[in-house]
Amino acid sequence: MILLARESPMSTLAGKIQDVFSEPGCDKNQGKSEKERKKGCTKQLKPGAAAGGCAFDGAKIALQPIVDVAHLVHGPIACEGNSWDNRGAKSSGPQLYRTGFTTDIGEHDVVFGGEKRLYRSIKEIIEKYDPPAVFVYQTCVPAMIGDDIGAVCKAATERLGKPVIPINSPGFVGPKNLGNKLAGEALLDYVIGTEEPAETTPYDINIIGEYNLAGELWQVKPLLDELGIRVLACISGDARYHEVASSHRARAAMMVCSKAMINVARKMEERYQIPYFEGSFYGIGDMSDALREIARLLVERGAPGDLQDRTEALIVREEARAWERLAPYKERLAGKRVLLITGGVKSWSVVAALQEVGLDIVGTSVKKSTREDKERIKELMGDDAHMIDDLAPRDMYKMLKEARADIMLSGGRSQFVALKAKMPWLDINQERHHAYAGYDGMVELVAEINKALFNPIWNQVRKAAPWDEVSWEQVADRAIAAEAALPSAPLAPAAE
Amino acid sequence: MATIEISKKACTVNPLKMSQPIGAALAFMGVKAAMPLLHGSQGCTSFGLVLFVRHFREAIPLQTTAMSEVATVLGGFENVEQAVVNIADRTKPEIIGICSTGVTETKGDDVEGFIRQIRERHPELDSVALVFVSTPDFKDAFQDGWAKTVTRLIESLVPSGTEPERRRPRQINVLPGCHLMPGDIDELRDIFESFGLEPLFLPDLSGSLDGHIPDDFTPTTLGGISVAEISLMASSCWTIAIGEQMRPAATLLSQRAGTPFTLFDRLTGLAPNDDLMGLLARLSERPVPRKFRRQRSQLVDAMLDGHFHFGGKKVAIGAEPDLLWAVGGWLAEMGCEITAAVTTTASPVLERLAVAQVRIGDLEDLEAGAGEADLLITHSHGRQAADRLAIPFFRLGLPTFDRLGAAHQLTVGYRGTRDLIFDIGNLLLADVHEPNPDTWRRRAG
Repeated sequence: MILLARESPMSTLAGKIQDVFSEPGCDKNQGKSEKERKKGCTKQLKPGAAAGGCAFDGAKIALQPIVDVAHLVHGPIACEGNSWDNRGAKSSGPQLYRTGFTTDIGEHDVVFGGEKRLYRSIKEIIEKYDPPAVFVYQTCVPAMIGDDIGAVCKAATERLGKPVIPINSPGFVGPKNLGNKLAGEALLDYVIGTEEPAETTPYDINIIGEYNLAGELWQVKPLLDELGIRVLACISGDARYHEVASSHRARAAMMVCSKAMINVARKMEERYQIPYFEGSFYGIGDMSDALREIARLLVERGAPGDLQDRTEALIVREEARAWERLAPYKERLAGKRVLLITGGVKSWSVVAALQEVGLDIVGTSVKKSTREDKERIKELMGDDAHMIDDLAPRDMYKMLKEARADIMLSGGRSQFVALKAKMPWLDINQERHHAYAGYDGMVELVAEINKALFNPIWNQVRKAAPWDEVSWEQVADRAIAAEAALPSAPLAPAAE
Repeated sequence: MATIEISKKACTVNPLKMSQPIGAALAFMGVKAAMPLLHGSQGCTSFGLVLFVRHFREAIPLQTTAMSEVATVLGGFENVEQAVVNIADRTKPEIIGICSTGVTETKGDDVEGFIRQIRERHPELDSVALVFVSTPDFKDAFQDGWAKTVTRLIESLVPSGTEPERRRPRQINVLPGCHLMPGDIDELRDIFESFGLEPLFLPDLSGSLDGHIPDDFTPTTLGGISVAEISLMASSCWTIAIGEQMRPAATLLSQRAGTPFTLFDRLTGLAPNDDLMGLLARLSERPVPRKFRRQRSQLVDAMLDGHFHFGGKKVAIGAEPDLLWAVGGWLAEMGCEITAAVTTTASPVLERLAVAQVRIGDLEDLEAGAGEADLLITHSHGRQAADRLAIPFFRLGLPTFDRLGAAHQLTVGYRGTRDLIFDIGNLLLADVHEPNPDTWRRRAG
């Protein structure tokens, strides 16, 4: 039998967004006036100077890692056709999450409504692919024409006998970060608590906000396995629908990735008394802290006390092993300067991780970070913090020069600025191919930095062509010098 | 020959199709100092941006009017105005190409009207060309967005009624379809210039997305045809269009400037390139240069060496109409049998394809039809199907995000066709099933 969880008290999307914006788990929010809070936690986007994904993108990022679910996008071809199967979340089994399902609505649907096509699509998916659940993502066009995906999903659930979950996060309601939270709301309203686990143990935890990109969860899981800690549900990396649906029986939770899913962690604490902490798997110190916190919370909730001792012993062993593996790199990398251009969680957790091996961090971008993230970065990097929002490519080159950076770490989109400037570069975004979590991941990250920095191509590609009298770098440098002579420079001078 | 079937499924599974606003945006990327701007929510732009970044492995200039829900309901004038002002201020483009999307078309924003108002309110932007294309996501496909944009660029930027005596005798216009990659444009330029002709490509992705190290940083496109060069197209003596999708643009150009045109529905294979050489020799009044005689001879030799491996092979192919026609048509000429053909949008070339049926559908349809196939050809999203089918997979078209050099994959010219024989032939060669003692044994009983 299918149980649909309670209807949300605020069933309208506008109410949902206000609910998410007034998140009491977020200290920044609590410091705001009622009026400020209404405006939401993200600044208005500037037309013609904006970058980043929409709320639908954010919702899809957060939920697509549930691997046995059919993810159906209700909208015109753009929303799924331009983007499907482009993320690095890995599965240990089912591959259905990588199948692109979309209603691909046409002009006829826009005029007459797309609800019938949506219902028929759900039916076709269940008949052909028999998934444990179908997630239906709302997008801008059907939201505008008034398609009620909640009603269609409810009818489909009743008639087709499978959970069909509406994810109401159309792109134009806001940025990615809001979409992450609205996705979490959908899980809270319709999925979590609707099924029961086959068995429970005192060692059951949830990991919330971890997407298993490049298989990072699997860098951590062997250690949890060794300690006897069971991941009841990861929300949502390599998750099965049943695991998420029965995740309310966990004893404790870890919230990964900054504030992306804080609403899920906090509301699960409220509703099911599952205590949570905020942690990171990036970096040796952070990884050890995470393991310690997991053990502490589980013991508080009644797990045998030896778990903490066993955890400490494992930490000692793993840290020693990691440092031993890092030792050969420390000397090579000492004093190398890393320019970090990224947002969200990685801003602070990667900073800590890199500093551990003696790298200097000379800048970061905080586009998607919360203010708390920014504070953390400042705390970690002292006055050296050189945070940049919305950098134009030209300014980025300038910054590379001024910062005397040796390597840039960033998301996939800004990589070409570094590469065209003939600057070593490493991908740390969601499309990356390497896993950097846990002790092994830290060693992997440093090994990758080492490989990038010391690749023999750099000296070759920086040589001017035989017919060139002036290299383009010199042209750019002159332009920068000319600009610096003007009274107002767009960027603060580099930190020394 | 082929019948056209339109999928009756409600749900598209594993899309082959991409949306027309990003096809339009890509066309603008072939114009120098351009900034394409999608009038929609920020996701419309970011999905397209990521797609192009992964295919070309280049920074992609593409902006958004960042429509919020409220702005969408109230109308997007302010967002378009702000976007244009901000882009002009930040990136100093010569042209801003505005493409509508599903959201703003559903609302019914009158962008042409917006542009008139912007012109009145911002005389400081007079030197920036503003070109609008209507490209709702819920109609047509990527190829259509590209074709419409080229037509709009001609309409907006090529003056009509040039005096014949002012024609430049060696200058020709070239209108390439969106199925030609930067490498194809480079190849064609080399061919035309070898005849002493001066080609103007519209659009010209070879200068902007060919993967080169630019001399200086620019947040707009790195290269391509300039606005001034587009207006010069009126004085060319001939137009060559490549791909049926370019017929409306070529027709419009001939109406405006009196330039006769020749349309090549494909330039893959021996015969179409012979036709091209004939035309270029006539236009230039020069004999075909030696190097093309050699290249033709090499292609003929490659056909002889390769036909063993292509003959009788069953191929399933999914691509937009002009690419499907170019490569599917050529494969049929190499002796392959097209057993499944799937495309994205209507086109007159489809019914001429040597196959029983062309389906306007998705990669689920292609996979279902590829059961007997020896080879799968489609863009990188075919990788899951190829794994399940366990057959060789040749990546063709945009997006090709899991291989290097997608911008330089050739499908045109004698040399490009020769290399296609090698690339695809090698895949087929590598898939030869070694015989064993039981291969020819009949089952007892």
